[in-house]
Amino acid sequence: MTATVDPALAADARSERRFFLALSLPALFIVGLAAILPILWIIRQSFLTTGGDYSVGNYEKVLSSGLTWSALVTTVELSLGTLAFCILLGTPLALALASARPRVANMLMAFVMLPLWTSILVRTYGWLVLLRRDGLINAALTGSGLTGEPLPLVYNFTGTLIGMVHYMLPLFLLPVYAAMRDIDANLVRASASMGATLGQVIRTVILPLSAGGIFSGSTIVFIYTIGFFITPAVLGGGKVNPLSIRIERTLSTFQDWGSASVLGILLLVLMALIGVMFLAARRLMARDKTGTAHA
Amino acid sequence: MLEAYPDNRLARILLWGFSALAMAFLMLPTLVVVPLSFSASDFLEFPPRAYSLRWYENFFGSATWMAGLRTSLILGTLTAMVAVPLGLLACISMNRLGGKTASAIQGVLLAPSIVPGILLAIGLFFVLAAQGLVGTLFGVLVGHVVLAIPVACIVLLPAVARFDWNQVQAARSLGADWARAIGGIIVPQLQISLLSATLMAFLTSLDESVISIFVASGRNSTLPKLMFLSLRDQIDPTIAAISTLWTAIVVVVVLIVTLRQKS
Repeated sequence: MTATVDPALAADARSERRFFLALSLPALFIVGLAAILPILWIIRQSFLTTGGDYSVGNYEKVLSSGLTWSALVTTVELSLGTLAFCILLGTPLALALASARPRVANMLMAFVMLPLWTSILVRTYGWLVLLRRDGLINAALTGSGLTGEPLPLVYNFTGTLIGMVHYMLPLFLLPVYAAMRDIDANLVRASASMGATLGQVIRTVILPLSAGGIFSGSTIVFIYTIGFFITPAVLGGGKVNPLSIRIERTLSTFQDWGSASVLGILLLVLMALIGVMFLAARRLMARDKTGTAHA
Repeated sequence: MLEAYPDNRLARILLWGFSALAMAFLMLPTLVVVPLSFSASDFLEFPPRAYSLRWYENFFGSATWMAGLRTSLILGTLTAMVAVPLGLLACISMNRLGGKTASAIQGVLLAPSIVPGILLAIGLFFVLAAQGLVGTLFGVLVGHVVLAIPVACIVLLPAVARFDWNQVQAARSLGADWARAIGGIIVPQLQISLLSATLMAFLTSLDESVISIFVASGRNSTLPKLMFLSLRDQIDPTIAAISTLWTAIVVVVVLIVTLRQKS
């Protein structure tokens, strides 16, 4: 309204802003100390030789090793596999929950969320009990005569994948369920009254409208699974070696800080690449949507 | 949503049948551990032929496990005591500053929840090793606080946003200093959210394993680190007892948090 600003008031506003900025400094300081500084340290360490000189020797050593590349492949395979099963299991489950009455849905969601709050070690232990050679599932399979021999379900890729899908499914489900619950039921009713079959409604109405949720869920799955450590360490039984396991082994067995750091940087680069891919895909999706809206 | 298709019973049965299987998949590993923890057998037989509390006695009678439990409880308490006040101040700051500054602060504070745990763990290990602090309670605490701050912020940000700021301005204009305005007006009104944030921060620390595996050692090993080492070496039914206790604690905490928020 008034063109002139009281200089005293402006100074007050500035000092108040400084005060509020200062309130977040303790939290920023500790995050800097315990999260940002360590990452910078890893970057520095990756260029340090055991003698303390700077070189790219660690990179040459790590990138020329076949173990690194197989670890990279395992990491991507585990992430893609986890994502595939999350979509396969989570999308129908989200659809069922979204179409249930709110009370029922809330109750079932509580059950879905229980594993989310359970310790990852408890869950890993549960899977060991279930999947071992003489575990529950193999006992049921051989007891019922479905298989003659116990199946190798754990201490391998299968076991690791099962554990990771179990960890990620609730986290994938949340955004998908939220997106489906927000779909206007009238759209479905309208489609039904115009003669669309259930399959057509799911394909042309429900799935496109929940694509955003599925996308968010997939991003979460990728971000988490890239660095997964506990599950492959326990359920992989030493036979599944993604980057995280290689990092631990390089550190604990060989005390090779430089190589471990290079592997860490590789993990970061992989994450950044996937992040960029997801951002680009999201932008394309948004453009598609506006494009069809105008067509 | 699908009630427009009352005739498609088969599709509905299929969908719910599939969902039941998916939910069983989610629940099974947590539940299977409970009866095993009460087994009297040396082995993991299911269903157990005889029941006993021997694995619980094993846990509570073991000096190693008890030291781990103590360390974890101390760490969880300290983590909550540090992370929640820092988180609250940061949330007030973000709420008042708004705009790009707030987004930047939020980006930095939430970053630890996105960076893979293994990277934070080895990075922290390097930094602490350079200071001779590996294996100290302080080292693990810093790592846990940094993971608990995002959790506390996620709980507290919406609560601070709902808070009526005029009350603080009124108090300030009547002469209250900032400490009094925050402690006397904001904190009491955010009680429920602060309790939730405290419990969540505590749980975050209690459950954290990757940083502990790398940074904690010896007397300061946490319960998850001991569990991890034990799981890697052999399948000890004592873990079933710990797991059952742990799940019971988690259920109670989550119930408190959800019921409190509803009331």
